[in-house]
Amino acid sequence: MLSKRIIPCLDVKDGRTVKGINFVDLRDAGDPVALAAQYAAQGADELVFLDITATHERRKTMIEMVKSVARQLNIPFTIGGGISEIADAEALLNAGADKISINSAAVKNPQLIEDLAKNFGVQFVVLAVDTKHINGKNIVHLNGGRLITELETESWIKRAEDLGAGEILLTSMDHDGTKQGFDCNLLAKINQMINIPIIASGGAGKMEHFTEVFQKTGVDAALAASVFHYGEILIPNLKQELKRNNIPVRNP
Amino acid sequence: MKDNDKKSTLGVLGVGVVNYGAGNIFSLTAALERQNIAFGMVNTEADLEKYSHIIIPGVGHASAAMKKLAQTGLVNAIKALKKPVLGICVGMQLLTQHSEEGNVNLLNIIPLQTKLFDKNLGIKIPHMGWNTVDFKNHLLFENVAEGTQFYFVHSYFIEYNPIFDIASVNYGNKFSAAIQKDNFYGVQFHPEKSGEAGERLLKNFSNLSS
Repeated sequence: MLSKRIIPCLDVKDGRTVKGINFVDLRDAGDPVALAAQYAAQGADELVFLDITATHERRKTMIEMVKSVARQLNIPFTIGGGISEIADAEALLNAGADKISINSAAVKNPQLIEDLAKNFGVQFVVLAVDTKHINGKNIVHLNGGRLITELETESWIKRAEDLGAGEILLTSMDHDGTKQGFDCNLLAKINQMINIPIIASGGAGKMEHFTEVFQKTGVDAALAASVFHYGEILIPNLKQELKRNNIPVRNP
Repeated sequence: MKDNDKKSTLGVLGVGVVNYGAGNIFSLTAALERQNIAFGMVNTEADLEKYSHIIIPGVGHASAAMKKLAQTGLVNAIKALKKPVLGICVGMQLLTQHSEEGNVNLLNIIPLQTKLFDKNLGIKIPHMGWNTVDFKNHLLFENVAEGTQFYFVHSYFIEYNPIFDIASVNYGNKFSAAIQKDNFYGVQFHPEKSGEAGERLLKNFSNLSS
């Protein structure tokens, strides 16, 4: 049976991970390679690295980091942040990234999704969507939620699927940071609409939230950052809890 | 020990990775490196002679991959190989007769069909993630625990046929996760991304006797 995936998300700046990470036994908590290895050892199914600086000049640093991660890591990983052209994607692919996540660039130029899928296959293209509930509608936002667009989330995701996105990383801005649980209503709705995998993001606070999102929505994966980084949820415990609730998970 | 002796008498060692431009091979060579498996790139027919084992990697589109492989001029030499050959993902599909992806004829080393997943089975496509592989008692899976999951990512699959199947998996329907005919092996999942079990499988492959 296909397992539900648990995905820690790491923020990277200048090739270093940021945000409080409190793993014991880690000499250098900012080293993305060491952290990635630690998460893999704990049983994470996949990792997402989000480049929060992502300027053109700093791209080189990121490529070097991706190479180091790929050298060490024996599970798949996705790179996101600032990818706006085929050349960016190709450099990351050649450095060992399994997937790339695109967001703003795809909104500005939807053709990018199709071009990436044609060049590298749909499995390489994750569309990240940040959504916020406004006046009864779900609206796509950019720049970490600071910039509103005119796109309705449902139609944008549907269009992205048609263009060749292989997976959707859906973050609810309303739930993100609240630790009150994932936006199950929206996730269930989107999951009904499309036929590609969905990663749920935003709102994870305790283990029950993961159980809930898998039981209620049919999503394929759940992503979280701080609950993992601060050790509030340990992945082995989470896997056990999910298993107890008859949710198929990988035993590493 | 026996294997090593054999290899040294042949004067060849290690894994040759067919370098035909279908997708990134950095993750694969990194995994070989982690397992201390010697490897090099195969670009020419002469390169095929340099190694005791050959891997055909591959991601992306089957017909595009087949085209690229044909451009290397290596097709006949690969088909004639007598040493262990492992196709990974699209590299595995290339070993089959035909793919529905681009409706293309492939190497036809193993008489099987590569087919598109049926959306009507209520499954998402691509098949992406960790799935349980049901394998037979086979050297490729030596020291891999029963019920182990491997990492898959693909939209086309190889039909199940008990004659060539050495491992199967369920997604919508039952299909082959690993196949073998003579010295040709294929795995649909990505051993280089499948944690320790995947690394074990690569090691097992590199230990198969020629």
